[in-house]
Amino acid sequence: MKLSRSDRIRRATSTVMTSLTALCTVAAIGVLAIILFYIARSGVRSLNLHFLIETPKPVGEGGGIGNAIVGSALLLALSCIIGIPVGISTGVYLSEVGRGWFASVVRFLVDTLTGIPSIVTGVFIYAVIVLRMKHFSAYAGGIALALIMIPIVARTTEEMIKLVPHSLREGALALGAPQWRVTLGVVLPAAAAGIATGVMLAIARVSGETAPLLFTAFGSRFFPDGLDRPIASLTVQIYNYAISPYDEWHAQAWAATLVLMTLILGINVTVRFFTRKKF
Amino acid sequence: MKRVNGQGSPLSESLLRLLSPTGNVGDGVFRLLMFAAGLLVVVIVLGMIIGLATHSELSLRQFGFGFLRSSTWDPVNGQFGALAFIYGTVASSLIALLISVPLSLGIAIFLVEQAPPIIARPITFLVELLAAIPSVVYGVWGIFVLAPFLRERVEPSLARSFGSLPFFQGPITGIGLLTGGIILAIMITPIISAVARDVLAAVPNTQREAALALGATKWETTRVVLINGAPGIAGAIILGLGRALGETMAVTMVIGNRAEISFSLFQPSYTLASVIANEFTEATGDIYLSALIELGLILFLVTFVVNAIARLLVWRVTRTTVGAGMAA
Repeated sequence: MKLSRSDRIRRATSTVMTSLTALCTVAAIGVLAIILFYIARSGVRSLNLHFLIETPKPVGEGGGIGNAIVGSALLLALSCIIGIPVGISTGVYLSEVGRGWFASVVRFLVDTLTGIPSIVTGVFIYAVIVLRMKHFSAYAGGIALALIMIPIVARTTEEMIKLVPHSLREGALALGAPQWRVTLGVVLPAAAAGIATGVMLAIARVSGETAPLLFTAFGSRFFPDGLDRPIASLTVQIYNYAISPYDEWHAQAWAATLVLMTLILGINVTVRFFTRKKF
Repeated sequence: MKRVNGQGSPLSESLLRLLSPTGNVGDGVFRLLMFAAGLLVVVIVLGMIIGLATHSELSLRQFGFGFLRSSTWDPVNGQFGALAFIYGTVASSLIALLISVPLSLGIAIFLVEQAPPIIARPITFLVELLAAIPSVVYGVWGIFVLAPFLRERVEPSLARSFGSLPFFQGPITGIGLLTGGIILAIMITPIISAVARDVLAAVPNTQREAALALGATKWETTRVVLINGAPGIAGAIILGLGRALGETMAVTMVIGNRAEISFSLFQPSYTLASVIANEFTEATGDIYLSALIELGLILFLVTFVVNAIARLLVWRVTRTTVGAGMAA
């Protein structure tokens, strides 16, 4: 069959455009590969055991990120203690308890909260907590991170609970169980794996946050000596070293970046591996 | 079913019933706790608006609406205006959208319309990994890899080819609007493409089948699908815009941080988020701090509205398309 000229043009356009979309995808993955390559190559250079356990030292004397790792772990723990229960409860409210306009308002606000820049959260916590306590503290940093965590956990919890079949609830209710026992004993355990996934991803997201910590947890050059004090974190340390004028600190920023990325990619890949069969 | 408080007044009776339709005390407590969590979210949002507004009162009083129109940022003499930061924020976000929108749509189309599921799934994961990389890591990469690359390879040739345009003039440093825009583009691509992918996937298959049956080519079919999902795609783009407007660390590290309004993409600029990040801990004097918090308030209100619009668009489209799909 001989194609007319316009048909050949149509087919050529189609081929060109579909290849372009493939090219876009290759470009995005290429960028990812380049970024990861540079982090791995530049990060490995100054990575060693001393770097992981020592505190920062003046330029030229080495030093490490031990205090920042401990600080980040404490901040994450604080944010989890506050963020996970509140987030899961909000998710349960949205899916099991809330009805009518108020539930819609809460759902809408949860959605928009996920889009609020994290630096604004930092300013807010500074205004309501740091100004009142009159000094930076790990508490303020942890609460700032928790505020970022709550909407993420709430949304995944709601989505995961929605996937639990109604017959499970009906079965438990028919046996005479009150709603709270149905939710806590039947619905939540059935959705537990999915919720855990969401929580892990929220932790990964929060562990990379820098902006809300700049003027809440602030930073420190020593190991943490109380949650009431300013505290170091991996991300703020990376930022301070990267914008410094010293090559040695630049190298340390890369190494700390590698540590942070190992944690975050580790969580993401693990979650992916465990959810592969389910979705 | 047993009643907890059968003898109560009508009001407390109806309140109790709202708390616990079954009359079970445990249910009442449980529902109250969950409601409190939901209420907390509302309180947080209201608290943010009120907290930011009260702490920027000083600056709101002194500068009024002139704050938005003045580009003077002079901490020494206590004169503050947000225009330069608003310009830098909008300009860098627009550059990011210009680069990211075609790229993201290409990815979404490829994943939904072309790639077989066995390829699409791992690629989706990889693209989403771009969203998992923290802002500060993009910043490190931007300072030490992207900025030197742009300075040595890209910007000189741009200046040579398009140097007559006002966008490509001035000294080449590798630090400035263009670098900030490119970093932002990489950061918002996974967001736009993920939402656009969901929107395209929600377009009913009957649309594709109808187009193909009429003899449309693959690309023509894709265009039909795109038109069907247009409002949702608009939502995806606005969502990306919201993210770009508030992105802080990466931009702060590569945009140059100078409060100037210049049309050249090579020139340093400053965004709302980065001036807060940079100057907040050094702010001396109440009015300086108050002005910075007002910038935070502006950023909050703008991103709140942008996100609300995006959510409504995406919501409405996915809801109506699901309806259409069921009708079909």
